Amino acid sequence: MTFDTITIFSFISAIFLLIGSFLCISGGVGILRFPDFYTRMHAVGVTDTLAAAMILIGLILQSPNSLVLIKLLIILVVTLFINPTASHALAKTAIHNGLMPMVIKHDHDKMIIAKKEGKSSNRS
Amino acid sequence: MRHTLSLFLTLTAFWGLMSGHNSILMLLLGAVSITCVLYIAHRMDVVDHESQPIHLSLKIFGYFLWLFKELVIANMAVVKSIWLGNASISPVLVTIKSSQVTDVGKVIYANSITMTPGTVTVDLVGDRLTVHALFQHNVEVLNTGEMDRRVCHLESKC
Repeated sequence: MTFDTITIFSFISAIFLLIGSFLCISGGVGILRFPDFYTRMHAVGVTDTLAAAMILIGLILQSPNSLVLIKLLIILVVTLFINPTASHALAKTAIHNGLMPMVIKHDHDKMIIAKKEGKSSNRS
Repeated sequence: MRHTLSLFLTLTAFWGLMSGHNSILMLLLGAVSITCVLYIAHRMDVVDHESQPIHLSLKIFGYFLWLFKELVIANMAVVKSIWLGNASISPVLVTIKSSQVTDVGKVIYANSITMTPGTVTVDLVGDRLTVHALFQHNVEVLNTGEMDRRVCHLESKC
């Protein structure tokens, strides 16, 4: 037998960690690349949800005993509960302080990116 | 009473899993701290169906599985558009209607929308949700109302 259980587990774990890292980097690139505050928040969503989940699943597969495994699971669940709350708090504060989102106007089937007012509050 | 019992069991399980100790002294200290937390929670009047949503019961696990599937699909779309650049996004701000009656239901729905990358709930007034979406497509998916229906099913009332 060439593969024992530990080898297989660490192999699967490595795959999960790799995917998670790629998603984290994607989220970071998204924050830099997207045009305004609200769209950037969607990029953060990637890092918050699937990237964190993938990395934690990768770590769970490497965990030495069940106590560590359960702690990692709790971290995963708590992360998934906290992130939407934080995102919502950010978005609500932004819109209530008058930062208007950049939206696409439908103009005879031709899409024009319309930059709305609120540019000054973008900097503050 | 059921909610207090639920909180007690949750705290006991949490303490046991976090500490991993099982000497008499440690267990006693744990019991004392759990009693303190229960007392404080009662004084704060936060032990109710909102902090201990036991009426959602086992259906929540099925919902989580479905939500995770949606999460993966939405993530792939967002990652794709991150690498394709700004030409591939079509951000919109829309108002959609939620059909839940209870506050817990509305919060579950709004948080599910926020959790899925590509859509963020900006505001919640009455039964109107203001949602910012990264793609036009996201709004069409939300308007089909599948998530809305599933959250209703979770609570067994609309």
